[in-house]
Amino acid sequence: MDKLTNAPKSVINGPMHTSLKHDSAHKHVTGTAEYIDDIAEPAGTLHGALGLSERAHAELLSVDLDAVKASPGVIAVLTEKDVPGFNDIASTGQHDEPLLATTDVRFHGQPIFAVIAETRDQARRAAKLAKIEYRDLPHWSDIQGALENGGKLVTQPMTLLRGEPETEIDKPPLRIQGSMEIGGQEHFYLESQIAFAMPGEDEDVLVWSSTQHPSEIQHMVAHVLGIANHAVEVKTRRMGGGFGGKETQGNLFACLAALAAKTLKRPVKFRPDRDEDMVVTGKRHDFKVDYDVAFDEDGRIHAVDATYAARCGWSADLSGPVTDRALFHADSSYFYPHVRLTSKPLMTHTTSNTAFRGFGGPQGLLGGERIIEEIAYAVGKDPLDIRKLNFYGQPGSGRTTTPYHQEVEDNIILRIVEELEASSDYRARREAIVEFNERSPVIRKGIALTPVKFGISFTMTAYNQAGALVHVYQDGSIHLNHGGTEMGQGLYTKVAQVVADAFNVDIERVKITATTTGKVPNTSATAASSGSDLNGMAAYDAARQIRERLVDFACRQWKVHKDDVEFLPNRVRIGTEVVPFDTLVRAAYYDRVQLSAAGFYKTPKIHWDRAAGRGHPFYYFSYGAAVSEVSIDTLTGEYMVDRTDILHDVGKSLNPAIDIGQVEGAFVQGMGWLTTEELWWDDKGRLRTHAPSTYKIPLASDRPRIFNVKLAEWAENTEPTIGRSKAVGEPPFMLAISVLEAISMAVASIADYAVCPKLDAPATPERVLMAVERLKAM
Amino acid sequence: MNSAIRFILNSEEITLADFSATETLLDYLRLRRRLTGTKEGCAEGDCGACTVLVGRLVEGRLVYESINACIRFLGSLHATHVVTVEHLAAKDGTLHPVQQAMVDCHGSQCGFCTPGFVMSLYGLWLSNEEPDRSEIEIALQGNLCRCTGYEPIIKAAEQVSLTRPSALFDPLERDRADIMAKLWTLKSSSDTIAVEKDGARSIIPGSVEALAGILADAPQATIVAGATDVGLWVTKQMRRLDPVVFINHLTELQRIESDDTGITFGAGVTYAQALETLQMEIPAFGDLIDRIGGAQVRNAGTIGGNIANGSPIGDTPPPLIALGASVTLRSVEGSRRLPLEDFFIAYGKQDRRPGEFVEEILVPHPHEDAFFSVYKISKRRDEDISALCGAFYLMIDAEGCVGDIRIAFGGMAATPKRAQAVEAALLGQPWSWQTVAEASLAFDEDYQPLTDWRASAEYRSLTAKNLLTRFFLETAGAPVHLQRFEMEEV
Repeated sequence: MDKLTNAPKSVINGPMHTSLKHDSAHKHVTGTAEYIDDIAEPAGTLHGALGLSERAHAELLSVDLDAVKASPGVIAVLTEKDVPGFNDIASTGQHDEPLLATTDVRFHGQPIFAVIAETRDQARRAAKLAKIEYRDLPHWSDIQGALENGGKLVTQPMTLLRGEPETEIDKPPLRIQGSMEIGGQEHFYLESQIAFAMPGEDEDVLVWSSTQHPSEIQHMVAHVLGIANHAVEVKTRRMGGGFGGKETQGNLFACLAALAAKTLKRPVKFRPDRDEDMVVTGKRHDFKVDYDVAFDEDGRIHAVDATYAARCGWSADLSGPVTDRALFHADSSYFYPHVRLTSKPLMTHTTSNTAFRGFGGPQGLLGGERIIEEIAYAVGKDPLDIRKLNFYGQPGSGRTTTPYHQEVEDNIILRIVEELEASSDYRARREAIVEFNERSPVIRKGIALTPVKFGISFTMTAYNQAGALVHVYQDGSIHLNHGGTEMGQGLYTKVAQVVADAFNVDIERVKITATTTGKVPNTSATAASSGSDLNGMAAYDAARQIRERLVDFACRQWKVHKDDVEFLPNRVRIGTEVVPFDTLVRAAYYDRVQLSAAGFYKTPKIHWDRAAGRGHPFYYFSYGAAVSEVSIDTLTGEYMVDRTDILHDVGKSLNPAIDIGQVEGAFVQGMGWLTTEELWWDDKGRLRTHAPSTYKIPLASDRPRIFNVKLAEWAENTEPTIGRSKAVGEPPFMLAISVLEAISMAVASIADYAVCPKLDAPATPERVLMAVERLKAM
Repeated sequence: MNSAIRFILNSEEITLADFSATETLLDYLRLRRRLTGTKEGCAEGDCGACTVLVGRLVEGRLVYESINACIRFLGSLHATHVVTVEHLAAKDGTLHPVQQAMVDCHGSQCGFCTPGFVMSLYGLWLSNEEPDRSEIEIALQGNLCRCTGYEPIIKAAEQVSLTRPSALFDPLERDRADIMAKLWTLKSSSDTIAVEKDGARSIIPGSVEALAGILADAPQATIVAGATDVGLWVTKQMRRLDPVVFINHLTELQRIESDDTGITFGAGVTYAQALETLQMEIPAFGDLIDRIGGAQVRNAGTIGGNIANGSPIGDTPPPLIALGASVTLRSVEGSRRLPLEDFFIAYGKQDRRPGEFVEEILVPHPHEDAFFSVYKISKRRDEDISALCGAFYLMIDAEGCVGDIRIAFGGMAATPKRAQAVEAALLGQPWSWQTVAEASLAFDEDYQPLTDWRASAEYRSLTAKNLLTRFFLETAGAPVHLQRFEMEEV
């Protein structure tokens, strides 16, 4: 450990709860961080391209690939007949998603064949030359179309029921029925999907995949090739963004690369063009929420009955758990005394929608917030007052039971909201805005403060486990590996902090290594915001084991009690002696102490009975709130976000700088979802917004002009998570609902705030202008 | 005739005779040079992950501009200095101040967009000593980040502006004299360069006269200035082009001149080059320029190209038509000038004869009493393509009536088109609320717009009418559109 110091110091570099920089920051800014397309290609590397369906729903009458095969540079053309194992990449085992189409196609852009050529350019050109005869079948692209055509589902729906909503909904004096349309969202990870497969001896294949779920890629490649899992190794050092879009959507590219590599015995890379990536891969689910709410004159909710219908696309993919999570969050932060929530995961002839940051939660929560807005306009109050009136109470209040019968035990939403209300000067600003609107005919302003409560844990209980592998080498350097993947969220950095902290050594001693199925098996997707909760604990468990062995060794060697062994920064006190960490390690090695450990963690407390709609699916909740102020132009529907203030709960932050980055990034991404990001299919079922030229994610100039983001520094997880921290990836995404509702308030000013504008998402300038027109006509 | 291009890549002088007519700089960097710091995010000039700087001599100065390597063809790089992210840090690994600021401010998360942001920030830092927030945002319009929400990147830009370029650590500052001398040498020859590979030719004419001759021989040639549109024909449609004739280097086509007749822009003037003149002479037009593409597109794309490609949603034709601009077309036969509105005949069809090229655009000075406004409406404010774009030119006579009115819209018809029925309804009438309200109904006669992914027909029609209202309100002294930064804030 020549480069590292053992000099006495009071605190190590990079312990938990400090704002350490992202481990790859230096490599990011110099362009030396290696993504899969940057890996040096071995001689003979081939490149794949997809042949896609040009119909939304059709029978395949004939597929003539002669011209494709004859095209310059083409080495092979693969179809479903070339799959040695199972032509199936359905991630939840429903066998409804062929790798390559067989007898029919079910969305415009479904892969039918794959071309493998000497260069990527040759493969792409050849893929256009297929002659395919189709017999068109009826198709529908959206929720309306699905409902009109029998409402076929891709997976089992779910119902959550508590109390007696059917009878209670008639009782209170006031009742509103309405519906809300919520658009989907393209992930737009900057690095598009990619996989690179290297054939090995026997059945072996090594796949680099840009994936959040290396284990699933491993299992899927084995399944498609008809070989054992042990023959497949999957590696992921980093992704250029994931956001849920690389939870299952990498399967296609990894399986094709592996199939081609094994068939041709040459390395094969698959990297779709951006447009192709956007056409082929799944997105956030669109929803239509039909709600029926009963409440009193004060605005207190008595009963809610809501149906969440989702555009799932042509196959199930993760639509089951996504629509489940929508229902789990339909209560937002509010207690519904009587409630029924039902999901409708609808089949459409569009790409199969998938995981996306929040996983249905944002759509669920947005429906709940629309209900609040409706009530506020109906009773003529500030929506914030309606929110406070309906928040879950503290234990013992009788207002703590969720629609899924879990008790909310760690509720801090009121404190978060009230602190933000004060720090943002919400009340005075709202008054000033109402005044401004009275004298401004064209430009109108709006402000809204909205809360977030988000359940943390995979609702599939089995996924809540993680493994890690830690080696300490003889020079005192530490090798860290775990099942989590790095997509920019800083997971590797946080877990390295955990390990540095556990040994009390400088973080420079800890080498972060690429995630690989060969080191830690049977991992879960890095998803559901669970990365640091699960992998941090697993890594801690591994480090703890080695530390305990070192302590035992020190006790034996130095003949002291274990209470006399203390890990000081980079050194260890044993009795009265202080030795450098590496000295102890080396001595332990010579005493034949095992300096490697596999760590494991499973989340306690959680269970879920889906059929009964009861259980304790979430280990804890994360909270936050945002207040946004916007201006709109009532002649064009254009708008700007003038200011946003956020107060967010991440428990005791493992790394405040990284967590603030997550909050800011999630907020802006959420804002994009609710404003400018619009997916548009034409009447042939073609996605026409399939590139950044047509699909508009936020720019620097779209972020709030004034943007104040704070973590709730007093917050601590009531559960014993790693360092008492909380998950951060998804919850702040939903803070952006404040922007949509602020726009809505600006629109409402047109009719003197007497009518709920019912602004659907995304609130493009067009939707805003049309809402203005609706209210003008009233 | 020469058969190779020469340019400088970071510190290396390159002579390249082996490249195809549509080979992109990005592919060259990544596949042939293994300079993998420059990333491909979209291959259409929208995300900026492939941003590099290109240095060229402009009026005796060495100017570095950010561009998108993904849609830049190699043939357009003769006599330039290409600078990639690999060139910034010192040999000993010490980060450049721009890179260090990004690290210090936590400006990267997944890191994929980061080299592009670093290069855009570097370009800004070289050209602007103390950028305010508005200027930083404008410089970053062509860079997408999906992770950070941009806040730390803006902070990095502000932090680095406290450090100024110095030969001690900045490679471009250190080598400036040397690079200038080399580029002078490369630029001094006026020989035409022609390179053929895979059956397609790149031609880099030595002069405008040579260009005319080349087009006479090969009227099917694709003329490429900034390639901000043609680049996509290649990366997305995989079209084969032969020959490709590059004109971005022709200084004769980069003339900007203001005289009694108006402002003349050579066809090779980029948006960025036109900006200063327009901001000064026709501020409303200047404001529009900052909303065309991102900085990388504005540094490459030209007004001439925006006209020549005949798109119904190009941003400059509506203001140019409303201002009464004319276009000069040239061929070996000579030059002819026609009103710009007559150039656009139908969708995909322009009045450009075989062998002709756009030589220059003449924009008459607006009358000093005239009102002129341009409104671009898009889903996202910046770096988006217009749903509709309307330009209004108005003169009010001594009686308070409409003396002269020219209204032109893009996005409302198959070509950029004047609203003649609305103009007729306004002409000679009192410039009043009532006149405007009545005349705006005539938009339905002028335009029957389409519904597409950018907007519905209904929205386009309604908004066109509302923009006339906005224009009326503005002439009455009330600026009524949203502004992100109040003047005192920036």
